Amino acid sequence: MTRFSVRTIPAPAMRDEPRYDLTTRLGALELPNPVLTASGCAAAGRELDQFFDVSALGAVVTKSILLDPRSGRPTPRMAETASGMLNSIGLQGPGIDAFLEHDLPWLHGKGARAVVSIAGGSVDEYAELAGRLRGAPGLSALEVNISCPNVADRGLVFACDPRAAASVISAVRARSAPDVPVLAKLSPDVTDIVAIARACVEAGADGLSMINTLLGMAIDTDTLRPHLGGVTGGLSGPAVKPVAVRCIWQVHAALPEVPIVGMGGVRTGLDALEMILAGASAVAVGTATFGDPSAPVRVLTELRHALVDRGLPTVADAVGYAHRPVAPP
Amino acid sequence: MNDGPVQVRGELLMLRKVGAYHHATLVAPGIAERTRPGQFVALAVGGPSSALSLRRAFSIYKVSPQGVYGGTVEIVFAVTGAGTAWLAAQHPHTALDVVGPLGRPFTLPRASASATLVGGGYGSAPLFGLAETLRGRGCRVDFVLGAAAQDRIFGALDARRIASTVAVTTDDGSLGTKGWVTDVLPDVMSRAGTEVVYACGPMAMLRAVSAVAAAHGVPAQCAVEESMACGIGVCMTCVLPVVGDDGVTRMVRSCVEGPVFLGDRVRWDDVGTVPPDTFGAPAANVATGASGATGATGATGGRR
Ligand SMILES: Cc1cc2nc3c(=O)[nH]c(=O)nc-3n(C[C@H](O)[C@H](O)[C@H](O)COP(=O)(O)OP(=O)(O)OC[C@H]3O[C@@H](n4cnc5c(N)ncnc54)[C@H](O)[C@@H]3O)c2cc1C
Ligand SMILES: Cc1cc2nc3c(=O)[nH]c(=O)nc-3n(C[C@H](O)[C@H](O)[C@H](O)COP(=O)(O)O)c2cc1C
Ligand code: FES
Repeated sequence: MTRFSVRTIPAPAMRDEPRYDLTTRLGALELPNPVLTASGCAAAGRELDQFFDVSALGAVVTKSILLDPRSGRPTPRMAETASGMLNSIGLQGPGIDAFLEHDLPWLHGKGARAVVSIAGGSVDEYAELAGRLRGAPGLSALEVNISCPNVADRGLVFACDPRAAASVISAVRARSAPDVPVLAKLSPDVTDIVAIARACVEAGADGLSMINTLLGMAIDTDTLRPHLGGVTGGLSGPAVKPVAVRCIWQVHAALPEVPIVGMGGVRTGLDALEMILAGASAVAVGTATFGDPSAPVRVLTELRHALVDRGLPTVADAVGYAHRPVAPP
Repeated sequence: MNDGPVQVRGELLMLRKVGAYHHATLVAPGIAERTRPGQFVALAVGGPSSALSLRRAFSIYKVSPQGVYGGTVEIVFAVTGAGTAWLAAQHPHTALDVVGPLGRPFTLPRASASATLVGGGYGSAPLFGLAETLRGRGCRVDFVLGAAAQDRIFGALDARRIASTVAVTTDDGSLGTKGWVTDVLPDVMSRAGTEVVYACGPMAMLRAVSAVAAAHGVPAQCAVEESMACGIGVCMTCVLPVVGDDGVTRMVRSCVEGPVFLGDRVRWDDVGTVPPDTFGAPAANVATGASGATGATGATGGRR
């Protein structure tokens, strides 16, 4: 029976295990380790806490919350694809009131760090959500989901336009407490992700989360119709990892000071390490949790071993390591 | 000790073919003692480097907490795709990651009630554990088993051992009465003086059984099967429209709030859609002047 207990860091030097330090920073926020849940893949932590102590993770990133309750899209809402899946959930959720009443207090009571993901259909909605969350006990950071491909706001996806993205981020930044980092969650479905990243940072983002799902589609060859009730959906899982690594690499190269939360197909500690080497300061585990409810905490353990094995005893040593020139022989 | 689900590294103990289905016995310590009838397990399939990244859900057929091998869990499954094909091709001792028991079990009636159990295809599997429990409470148990053909009727012998009567229907008439379970159900219910119906099988069957039960004025507890990505309540893929105690329809997760629902609470005709009067539905958002970003496209749903 797996009931994991994860030692948090810094750990004392032990005979059989060298010193390591997994702490990492996202702007003003220090996390005990760099492994997070991905938004929409862990609800608000309660269900996963049956399998492992969610406070052992760097943070729990909650399902994107809207102002009002939302029933989401029709079923079928998922289609498994080679090494991944398509989802078309449509941001089903209870709305901010219920979230503030039930979910955030639970995470706070658990001693878990909560990164609250917010989503909306207008700049005002994002700003209002940030205002509602301001000062809420247990809030460690905000992740602004400007890139969910499921929300069709008259064709506008904030994350695909630098100006629209920037206006959301500056509105959220203005309404949030200064010591609470604001992370902009980026979509890979853009021509130039660096341009969007830069616009978000200039608008006040303290960090960047990437990547959200890629817009995709599957057709059922028995019914001869689209597989998903919502027709199109977001692609996630191991299949998208190379896209995520590329996005992280490009943005870290252009904006080396900006902390990145890397995600997209992380299933093992080595996947997490790959994102850190590309420039991520933290890593989120999403779809892998559906196949293995203890995936986040397993990835953390595997990452710790992987870092130690490579003579990289701190996360900070490893962030962006792959960008360093290879030393001449 | 909590009585929630656990994740266990188990193994396949035995696999045998039963008609068109496969009957698998898994060593999965810690699950059996927590299991109640109607719950399910979710298995990782395809091995460690598999391209299949989601779990597969299977109703629990039998459990035994203390065996020679530690606790075992038995399932009955049909091969319908890559994951079940992989499972059917495994040999004893294949390592299997099992999560369970999951979902809400059947609610038991008062002692000595007359219960009629309706199983469609492999949907009969979770009903045998239920039948044993009901008999233990002094309930009368009658079975109705239906399927497309004889090789898809699972457990007719088991049923005869446990139940007062067993009626079998097949679409092609290869066993029992030619027709559907609902063709014989009203007669069975009249004879048995049915006070509660339990059903598991395809959605269309559950809808029809619910209608028959309602016509007899008795509750139907239906175990549904919705497409699931996680089985533990974190992904929101497995939802269907269900009317709550307050009369409000919500899209509820069948993996944690189900799979067992009262038949008269499920909006069977609307499964695969989000009815406009659902809590949080796009129409309601418009009414409250909230966002136009509904996420619902008015698409047809395209259910199988
Ligand atoms: C609560 C519950 C109990 C079930 N009990 C049984 C059982 O006792 N015996 C049995 O044979 N089958 C049962 N099923 C259905 C079983 O889960 C699917 O047949 C199986 O997942 C198909 O996997 P595949 O890879 O072979 O098929 P594929 O079609 O390739 O599967 C692709 C994806 O869709 C999902 N999926 C496909 N069909 C279904 C379905 N009908 N229900 C749920 N998810 C599906 C799979 O999990 C997978 O993620 C149950 C399903 C649920 C939800
Ligand atoms: C079922 C599902 C629901 C998701 N919901 C959200 C969401 O509400 N907000 C968000 O920002 N991202 C959401 N995502 C995207 C993930 O957070 C993540 O960015 C993406 O899936 C890539 O990571 P992965 O491959 O590890 O899943 C969702 C993904 C899945 C699979
Ligand atoms: S299957 Fe994931 S929430 Fe039910």
